[in-house]
Formats: sequence, structure tokens, C-alpha cells
Amino acid sequence: MKETKSIWKIIGASSLGTLIEWYDFYIFGSLATVLANQFFPKTNPTAALLSTLATFAAGFIVRPFGALFFGRLGDLIGRKHTFLLTLVLMGGSTFLIGCIPNYESIGFFAPLLVLLLRLLQGLALGGEYGGAATYVAEHAPANRRGYFTSWIQTTATLGLFISLGVILITRHSLDADAAKSIAKFNDWGWRVPFLVSIILVFVSIYIRMKMNESPLFEKLKSEGKVSVNPLKESFGHKTNLKMVLLALFGATMGQGVVWYTGQFYAQSFIENVCKIDFDQSRTILIWAILLGTPFFVVFGAWSDRVGRKWIMLTGMFLAIVSYQFLFKQLLNLSSNEGKVELVDKKIINSSLVQLPNGKDTLRTITNKVFYADGMSISETKKDTLYGDPVMHTVKADVKLVKLLGTTDYWKMVFYVFLMILYVTMVYGPIAAFLVELFPTKIRYTSMSLPYHIGNGVFGGLTPFIATLLTTIYANDKLAGLAYPIIIAAICLVIGTLYINNKIDPDVND
Amino acid sequence: MNQLKRYAGIIWILLGPLAAVYLVRTAMAEVAKKPVMDTYIQWGVFIVVFIPIALGMLLFGYFAWKGEYDHLPESSAEIEED
Repeated sequence: MKETKSIWKIIGASSLGTLIEWYDFYIFGSLATVLANQFFPKTNPTAALLSTLATFAAGFIVRPFGALFFGRLGDLIGRKHTFLLTLVLMGGSTFLIGCIPNYESIGFFAPLLVLLLRLLQGLALGGEYGGAATYVAEHAPANRRGYFTSWIQTTATLGLFISLGVILITRHSLDADAAKSIAKFNDWGWRVPFLVSIILVFVSIYIRMKMNESPLFEKLKSEGKVSVNPLKESFGHKTNLKMVLLALFGATMGQGVVWYTGQFYAQSFIENVCKIDFDQSRTILIWAILLGTPFFVVFGAWSDRVGRKWIMLTGMFLAIVSYQFLFKQLLNLSSNEGKVELVDKKIINSSLVQLPNGKDTLRTITNKVFYADGMSISETKKDTLYGDPVMHTVKADVKLVKLLGTTDYWKMVFYVFLMILYVTMVYGPIAAFLVELFPTKIRYTSMSLPYHIGNGVFGGLTPFIATLLTTIYANDKLAGLAYPIIIAAICLVIGTLYINNKIDPDVND
Repeated sequence: MNQLKRYAGIIWILLGPLAAVYLVRTAMAEVAKKPVMDTYIQWGVFIVVFIPIALGMLLFGYFAWKGEYDHLPESSAEIEED
């Protein structure tokens, strides 16, 4: 009884910190568009967005370096102190991002500081996960390792869930008038989710300070068997290096792309390709996550009985064969083709605003069309009417926003839920799988690197590469899916051939 | 099964360099198409990050071809014996 209580305390303390780190990491990505306006030159919105995405990617790319740095530290001085340090680093960086003056105030220093802090966030995250997963796994009984570590696995998705929730709540609570509230959020309110983080971090640090060191690490330490050079032992010895490569190419690489396609590219696709409203695209993901999250634990626990391999590979297989279909359905649901327009409800507004130069005028025309199934499409067109008759607007700025009717909304939630379900299959058992693959004395280092290359590089770059592919192959809106499908397919073949399904009965070695 | 693992190693050996060549060629074409800072940064990052991974794939293929994955280690002792 005491043992059960103790493991839940360990899981609770570890998970809370990891959850906060994920929250910190995700608010940046979730606010990419707002941050682009704040920190990058506004002359070219696409460039601004790409710059932010690149910063986003930078956050992911440095994760493997964080894995090496903190992994080494965790194998040298212990799990507890290392992941306490990553938490402080992450919380501090997040808080400081919320404090940076925007580009208009301090110019070039603004994006530079953002980039630096984002890199620190990536480093911290690189060190956190391996520590938390190792810490929990080294406390868990052998026959329930998948179940107990799956709680750590829920934190990444819950961190995203909370980040979306905090953003939506903040966005709508800054003013009684909805439009003013959104304007305030875009102006300064976006800082709130970053600043809030510091409170959460203090709570988590307090809890983690009370935790004990991993018993397996303590045992190694007391026996004088702690690794002297974890990096050399992890990557310099062929037998361990080949397992690191196997973990990367046979598991984490495919897991990473499935994860980021389901949780991030899906949202980006719904908002930017399907043109679904900001709030609706986020609440769709929130519902899908809420319904999907328990399955991390279901698949984690199931892996204790049937092994980790086939659950993870089945998730990859399902993603490979169904992504094209699922994303096509998202497109279809957002289309107005074949829908009955309610002609009498159509709204057309236009306005003319004199520009500060006194000569030119900004013309805004808004068309709002309603459909019988509850869908509405709002098209806002902005162009400049020049005082000088020789000049004319080359291309009007057109913004399309769609609101789905109730039935289509829930259908979209269902399709995204299926993608999250695949995420739970590939991700639920992976902590236990990685822990069992490597020996205690170099576990933190060895498991952190393939995890963060798989998730950070292959996975983290998914939204970016997929978006890039859709710009290269502009006629095919589903072109971006080629990247996750190919990567997951290679991983599936390697995993099937080379990984074994055996559950390690003893991780104490 | 072990034979299949070894032969498949040749595919991974080839896949690494092929992926690297494809990446560099695409990067060069994209940069030529749009020679602005953003394009340089994007593709520069991709090359810096993915080339070492492609080398890792080559190494993985080599290990597979040599039969290193015929038996996976089951305890730390096997790793330390190496």
C-alpha cells in the first residue's frame, strides 16, 4: 500500500514538472502568428511567419543538444538534480519571453532575444523528458512499467491542451467586447500565458525539491559504478551505439512524425489550409486531445501485457494508410461545395478609411455568407485606393474565415481524434521501450538523444516541412503529408525487422 | 530472418547518402529559385541537421549488413563486454 502511494507521488511530482515544461514549450508554437507580428518585420507576413516557425524549429533542433548535455549530467550527478535544473531553465526562459519589448520598441534585439530564449527552452526540454521517464521507470515495478511511464507520456499532450486553453481564455477575457479583447490580446495579452508560467514553475520546483534520488542511481553511486564518461559509453561503444541508432530509426523517428502530424500539422492545416476560424480550429484540437489522452495510459498498460513493439508499429501503420483520407475529409468538411446558401442572410459591409498621408484611402469589403447546415464564410478584402490615378493596388489582401456548423464541427473533432489516437499508440509505450533498451548508468544520455532527434528534429520539423512542401507543390493541398508518411513508412519497416517485442524483466542492470 | 535483416542493411546504406544528395539538390534548386535570406536559413538548417542523421542511417545499415542486429543485447553485461 505504502509502495503504491509512493509511486503515485513520484509520478505526480515528475509529471507536473514535465507538464509545465511542455506547456512552456508549446505556448510559443501556439502563438506563432501573434509572435510574428510582435517580433519580426511586418513587411512580409509570410516571411514573418516563416521566421517564427524557423525559431520554432530552432527550439526543436537544439533539443538533441540539450539531451546530450543534461543526459550526461543526469548520468553523472543524478536524475533529481538534473531535471530540477531543466525546470528552472525552462521556466525562466518562458517568463523572460513574456517580458521582451516588441520589434517596434527595441528593433533587431527583440527577435534576437526571442531566438536566444527559445534556444534555451529547447535545451531545457532536451534534458527534461529523459530524466522524468527514467526516474519514473526506475521506481516502477517491472510488470507495470508501461502503465506507470505512460502517465509521463500524457504530459506532452496535456501541456498542449493547457497551453491552448490558457490562450483561448486569455484571448476572450481581456475586455467585455469580444473584438476589443482579441485586439488587446494581440497587442499585449499574449504575454499573459508566458508570465503565468513562472507561478507554475515555482510550485513544481517546490514539489520536486522534496523528491528523493532514483534508487537505481543511488545504488550505482553507492557501489561506485556511476559512469565516468556517459557520452563515450553511449556513443563510443559499438554495442550501445547500434541500439541508439535502432531506437532512432526503428521507433522514435516514426513516432515523432506521427505525433507532430496529429497534434500540430492537423491544427495548422485546419487553420491555414481549411481556413477554419482561430478559436474553432483550437477547440477542435482541444476536444480531440481531451478524448484521446486517456488512451496513452490504455496503450501504456496494454504494452505491459503484449509488448511495446506492435502497439507502436500499428499506430505508425494506421497513420501511413489513413492520413491522406483523414486530411481529405478535413478539406471536404471545410468546403462550401454542394451546401445550400441562405441568400437572404448574406451580409455585405464596406468601409473607407483615410490613410495618414491624406491622399490615399483604405477600402475594406466584408462578405459574410451563411449556409443551411450552420456554416458561415466571411471574406474580408482590403485594398488601397490611391489619390494618384497612376497608382493602383496590385493585389488586394483577402482573408477568408470559415465557421463550421455543429455536425461538421464534431465530424472534424472525430477525424482529429483518430489522429490523436495514433499518437497515443506510438507514444504511450515508448518511454518504457526506451528505458528497457539501455543500461542504468548511461540510460539518461542514451535514451534522451534518439528521443529528441526523433521528436525534435523529425517530428518538430513536420509542420514546417509539410507547409514548405505545400508551397513547392502548390496544386496539391495534401502534398505536405508526403513527409510524415515516408518517414513513418521507413521507420515501420526498420522497426518490424529489427526491434524485438520482449519486455525487459530487469532494468536494474 | 537474420538474412533478411542483413540484406535490408544494404538498402539503409544506400538510403542515407541518397537522402543526403536529394536534400542538397532540392536545397540548391530552392535557393536558386528564391535567393533570399529566409530560403538560405531554412535550407541551411535542414542540411546541417539532416546530413549527420543521413550518416547515422548509413552506419545503421552497415551494422545491419554486418549482422550486428542478429542478436540484441539483453543485459548491460553484454554491452560492457564490447
